[in-house]
Amino acid sequence: MAKVPVQFTLNGSERAEFVESGSTLLAALRDKMGDTSPKGGCLQGTCGACTVMVDGELRLSCLTLAETCNDAQIRTTAGLANGEVLHPLQRAFEDAFAAQCGFCTPGMIMAAAALLERNPNPDRADVVEAISGNVCRCTGYEPIIQAVLLAARANSTSAA
Amino acid sequence: MKLSKSYFADERTDDFVEIGQPRPRSDIRGHVTGRTAYFADRTFPGLLHLKMVRSPHHHARIRGIDTSEAEKHPGVARIITAKDVPQNLYTILILIQVGPEDEHVLAEDKVRWKGEAVVAVLAETARAAEEAAAKVKVDYEVLPAVLSIEEALKPDAPIVNEHHGRNYYLYDSGECRKVRFGDAEKGFAQADHILEESYSSGPIEHAPLETSGCIVTPEANGRFTCYTNTQAMFFTLDNASIILQMPGHKLHMVGGTVGGGFGGKVDVTVEPVAILAAKLTGRPVSFIYSREEEMQVSSPRAAEKIVIKDGVMKDGRIVARQVMAYIDAGAYSRHSPYGAQKSAAHFPGPYTIPNVAIDSYCVYTNRTPSSAMRGFGVTIGDFALEVQTDKLARLIGMDPLEFRFINAYRDGDMKAHRQPTEGAALIECMQEASVIAGWPVDERFMKMSSQTREG
Amino acid sequence: MGMSLQTFSTASEAQAALGASGVRYMGGGTLVVRAVNEGDLSFSTIVRTTDPALSAIETSDAGVRVGASVTMGMVLAHPGLSYLAPAARAVGGPAVRNMATVGGNLFAPAPYGDFTVALLALDAKVSVSGSGEMALEAFLQERDSLGASALVTSVTFAAPATDSFRFLKVSRVHPKGAAVLTIAADIREEAGSVVQARIALGCMADRAIRTHAAEAALVGRPRTKEGIAPALTAALEGIDPPTDAIASAWYRREVLPVHLGRLLLG
Ligand SMILES: Cc1cc2nc3c(=O)[nH]c(=O)nc-3n(C[C@H](O)[C@H](O)[C@H](O)COP(=O)(O)OP(=O)(O)OC[C@H]3O[C@@H](n4cnc5c(N)ncnc54)[C@H](O)[C@@H]3O)c2cc1C
Ligand code: FES
Ligand code: FES
Repeated sequence: MAKVPVQFTLNGSERAEFVESGSTLLAALRDKMGDTSPKGGCLQGTCGACTVMVDGELRLSCLTLAETCNDAQIRTTAGLANGEVLHPLQRAFEDAFAAQCGFCTPGMIMAAAALLERNPNPDRADVVEAISGNVCRCTGYEPIIQAVLLAARANSTSAA
Repeated sequence: MKLSKSYFADERTDDFVEIGQPRPRSDIRGHVTGRTAYFADRTFPGLLHLKMVRSPHHHARIRGIDTSEAEKHPGVARIITAKDVPQNLYTILILIQVGPEDEHVLAEDKVRWKGEAVVAVLAETARAAEEAAAKVKVDYEVLPAVLSIEEALKPDAPIVNEHHGRNYYLYDSGECRKVRFGDAEKGFAQADHILEESYSSGPIEHAPLETSGCIVTPEANGRFTCYTNTQAMFFTLDNASIILQMPGHKLHMVGGTVGGGFGGKVDVTVEPVAILAAKLTGRPVSFIYSREEEMQVSSPRAAEKIVIKDGVMKDGRIVARQVMAYIDAGAYSRHSPYGAQKSAAHFPGPYTIPNVAIDSYCVYTNRTPSSAMRGFGVTIGDFALEVQTDKLARLIGMDPLEFRFINAYRDGDMKAHRQPTEGAALIECMQEASVIAGWPVDERFMKMSSQTREG
Repeated sequence: MGMSLQTFSTASEAQAALGASGVRYMGGGTLVVRAVNEGDLSFSTIVRTTDPALSAIETSDAGVRVGASVTMGMVLAHPGLSYLAPAARAVGGPAVRNMATVGGNLFAPAPYGDFTVALLALDAKVSVSGSGEMALEAFLQERDSLGASALVTSVTFAAPATDSFRFLKVSRVHPKGAAVLTIAADIREEAGSVVQARIALGCMADRAIRTHAAEAALVGRPRTKEGIAPALTAALEGIDPPTDAIASAWYRREVLPVHLGRLLLG
């Protein structure tokens, strides 16, 4: 059970830890670095609860080995808010009642964030596509889709 | 959102502050920032991982269990078998005197469903636990399995669970839960038409996004703290106390936000064995179902078979109903005797029928034990009842909504299980639905009220 | 034993490491890490390479070369591969596409392997480190006997003529879901009739297959309802669709002619 060092930037801070070789980014974030915002819902790639961004790209942290992320920029939902000021997506998820148990929410928000960074004015079909790798068992997808569209509108008004 | 205030206007003061207003969830800030704490959002130094060795057979006798190779595997801290469990035989509802105890925490002499827990392996890492679990040898003698309600009730069927001695639960009222009201046979004799149909459903998994699990830490004061996502905290506390023969004050159960349950987290499956593991090793223990275990091993909604026979008049009145319901409990009771009982009380549905005879059976098969799920004992029955209601309306050439107005229960009607109807609002809901859906009904139905009978 | 990861900067070093027992090569890891998480004990060492050659996409008049480590996301982003975009987009959700590689897709069991179906209809060749180049159809048949040390470095193919290439994935969950079936076809026509056809099917065996019978039945005929009828019947020859959680073998067989017909006429 060899331990290997991993080092990357997590939500803007330099982090380094020893992890078991072959262990996942999800385990490193949750068990070693104290960022429990990504959730393990399946460890199979099918639920999306563990979704994070690696170097600006959406990834499933349960299927990504921690060692492959050396020197990467990792972002999670825990790093989205600016102090007490919520990210527009977080505000929209609150306003649109887009969460019930909340277990899918951090992954869902990362998937939506990746969309808005690439496409600030998505239509409904773009949103459906963007969250298609994320499962929600409580809320239903409609409020979630509405929240993402609401966040996009809020962004474009504040930019104007 | 729209509040329809014209109904029951005289019963209300309409001084609502909260109702009708959109309000944020109180826990939403934690959800959107990823700060809501679920049971697994904590780590402890020296945490052990529990991996369960499960039965690969639907029904088998255990001739022997050999854990010697597994014990020697690097990283293994402890192997737990049935003989380590202080009170291995249990049943959840014994707390409310619904017995007999019929299930083992870890299998002893037999396994009765594919997936039944047999041996618990504790190791330093999940991988080491997996590797050691693969080295546990269980010698099974495979027995014939009963995999459907029909097979289970055949006279020569193999017995699924010896603690019951027969493949159905024995209620104080006999081989099934019975409801008798009026005289169903007489009702059928006077009916213009009789319609008998059967309905069946398969098991349904809740599939919550967060799988079932718990983390247990032994505390310096001799207590055990159990962080769990159970939906039934006190059932879990009391059953763990019985199984572990440990006074309740030694068990500190900590709940919190559950990542979806839908009824799937009311059984007591992970906590007792994880607390026992923490006790035997003196170390923190994590026992979290894999996605495969959640789908395959956690209890689903029961499969059901429902036969409904109705007598109906040309004018739309249902005058007699007979229901035979069979609820597939799987191999063990869990909450199913209660679910079957609930179904018996429910079967007339929201309709007033003068002659009713209902038999609800809780049946044992060699399938995954079923348990609670959103309205269990009622939901599948409602599906059957409402399909049946449509068929009855079609049979006599009546509009299905008008047919429901004719049969809807009203305040003061006696229900078949001898509960007088109070606060009914079915008529008013259907009136509103008729308007919103653009499905007009005759004016006399729009004048009906749940509070009084016309004429 | 535990698990360990070995990373090599060149494909040849990685290939050398693959010879040992208990070793599995990892591309994007969507299937390999999933297997680890699910308790697959058949390997305890994972090998990967960061060789930039495996992540390259080259398009020229001579043909197209796509490195084995190229992800579905990279295919989607490449302007010269727009005809392959529907196939790349068919693989999983957005996060999976940023991880899933072209090389790994060649090994994915049904109902996966959608991108491979497209490559098969393009008559792609596979470069296997140590064994040279082989036709994809032959590679798929021999894949399991090539041994654990066979490392795919790239796939090559000729770009299809404008509008000759068609791709269809049928799934139950939209827009993302495992395939009921997948069909790719490269159809060339002259003077109102088909002169050349390559049709590949996914989920009609445990891996992607070509339907030579349907191809032969199409050549020389017009792409009309009557013209394609013999091909739709011929497509059922020699198929052995799997039964899984998505669909039964019976269902897959029943709907194949329907979807093939729509793809050919559309
Ligand atoms: C949630 C989810 C959804 C998915 N949906 C789809 C889908 O819709 N369609 C689809 O086609 N697939 C799907 N997949 C399967 C898989 O993601 C893809 O097939 C992907 O292309 C596999 O590539 P990979 O790089 O991730 O493979 P890996 O997991 O890295 O490898 C898979 C296998 O191929 C071998 N291998 C990989 N690269 C090479 C190489 N260069 N040389 C030799 N051997 C190699 C590995 O040893 C391993 O045995 C899905 C997977 C998940 C988890
Ligand atoms: S935990 Fe990673 S996709 Fe479900
Ligand atoms: S809110 Fe519970 S899974 Fe989405």
